Amino acid sequence: MERTLFDTLNEDKDKVVSNAPTEYSVSQISQQLKNCVESNFSYIRVRGELSRVTVAKSGHLYTTLKDDNSVLDAICWKGNLQRLSVQPEEGLDVVCTGRLTTYAGRSNYQMIIETMELAGEGALLKMLEDRRKKLAAEGLFDESRKKTIPFLPEVIGVVTSPTGAVISDIMHRIADRFPCRVLLWPVVVQGQRAAEQVIAGIKGFNDLPKENSLRPDVLIVARGGGSLEDLMPFNDEAVVRAVAESDIPLISAVGHETDTTLIDYVADLRAPTPTGAAEKAVPVKTQIVASVLEYERRMVLSVENRLTNLSQHLEVLERGLGNPLHLLEVAMQRMDQSSIRLDLSLKNWLTHKKADLRNATIGLSVITLRAGLKNHQQRLDDLSERLRLSMIQNTEKSEQKLLYLSSLLESLSFKKTLDRGFVLVKDKATGQAIKHVSSAINAENVTLQFSDGKISAIIDEK
Amino acid sequence: MTENNISFEAALIELESIVKQLESGKGDLETSIEAYEKGMVLKQYCESKLKDAQAKIEKITLSPNGDAKTENFDLA
Repeated sequence: MERTLFDTLNEDKDKVVSNAPTEYSVSQISQQLKNCVESNFSYIRVRGELSRVTVAKSGHLYTTLKDDNSVLDAICWKGNLQRLSVQPEEGLDVVCTGRLTTYAGRSNYQMIIETMELAGEGALLKMLEDRRKKLAAEGLFDESRKKTIPFLPEVIGVVTSPTGAVISDIMHRIADRFPCRVLLWPVVVQGQRAAEQVIAGIKGFNDLPKENSLRPDVLIVARGGGSLEDLMPFNDEAVVRAVAESDIPLISAVGHETDTTLIDYVADLRAPTPTGAAEKAVPVKTQIVASVLEYERRMVLSVENRLTNLSQHLEVLERGLGNPLHLLEVAMQRMDQSSIRLDLSLKNWLTHKKADLRNATIGLSVITLRAGLKNHQQRLDDLSERLRLSMIQNTEKSEQKLLYLSSLLESLSFKKTLDRGFVLVKDKATGQAIKHVSSAINAENVTLQFSDGKISAIIDEK
Repeated sequence: MTENNISFEAALIELESIVKQLESGKGDLETSIEAYEKGMVLKQYCESKLKDAQAKIEKITLSPNGDAKTENFDLA
């Protein structure tokens, strides 16, 4: 405190020799006060809780810093507001740097804020957690939003510092694994301008037309390790949103493995370190080359095996096909077998039939025949007997009848006539009766039958 | 990205599936020969992609009208 209001008043008292106090216009005293405040509090650092945070239409921020007992009006002009590392929010415990000034029009004094930081790491982490939850609720970290990192990029875009180990770590690892084209978008990775430059890098790569050979297939946003404050640009909400909007798949690699920034949540893939990002961006070339050669070897081998198998199969089939004569032999053999079977079956048939015949002729046995014959013989005997008997009867009858007829005949016989004196002349030679003279003329010797006997005679008178 | 309408990864995946198909011995011989020929084309494509690759790093610079250009960048 070199100069105070009290000193100023004393100086004036020296000039004017009067006991009466100097008379000021309101503006004069306000100006005096302003000069006094601004010169004594041109660079101050104040810790307090943000309250009544308002951004006017003009873009300037009006707020108050407060503690348990006091409040201090504060303003952050538009230009500075955009560069603040902390997004001013109601209730945030912050440490602001800036200067004091007065506002004569309202009889106010106020702080003009140049920078704002969160007061203490706990508060910073709470703010980050709140921001993370808010962005997560918007769905920015959803797995469904994540794009697939290309297997083999031709161009890799890297947003990082051109100085330091990060870019050379990335480059060396890419060269070791799979050499390809790397485009560096140089940015500062720390401080107030880092966030806007990182955003410009991400958007700049995305704005390259698809036909532009510079357009990367994958982006890496990287930074080496640092304190929580150092990494704050990668917790910036606008940076997170720029990553979310990137059409090009993006790998984040900020700090060491244990550091997690909000950009890690929104990136399509999070690598623990810049070297790790290079490993995730490109495969190992020698392995790929080996795979391709292995695929070729397996492909050739399997086709060769296939052809070998098929030709072996063909040989087997060919052998199976055999000599046509052999086919004929088989046919002939079959035919012979068939004819043998035919013969056999004919013989069998005959045998069967003979057996049938035998069976049929069993009824025709001699015994049966004899029995039949005997029956017939008996019947014949019977019939013969009956015939004989009937014949005897008939004969007896006939004899009687003959007797009768004989007697009848006797009565009518020529002997009777002879008895009556007639002679029967017979030609001795012929035995014929000579009934006429003409017959007697031819005869020489005749027999004369009398009723009581015969006597020969000769015809002498002709 | 690539001039060809198939990416390296897609070519590699297809090559792998052709190898598996051939190794399974399924399908008739004509199909297998066709697959083999396609596999050979894919293999040559993959090899050409692998041969082209070489490490190169450039730095993006923006001209006053905002066009992106590259200039050689030497690693410190």
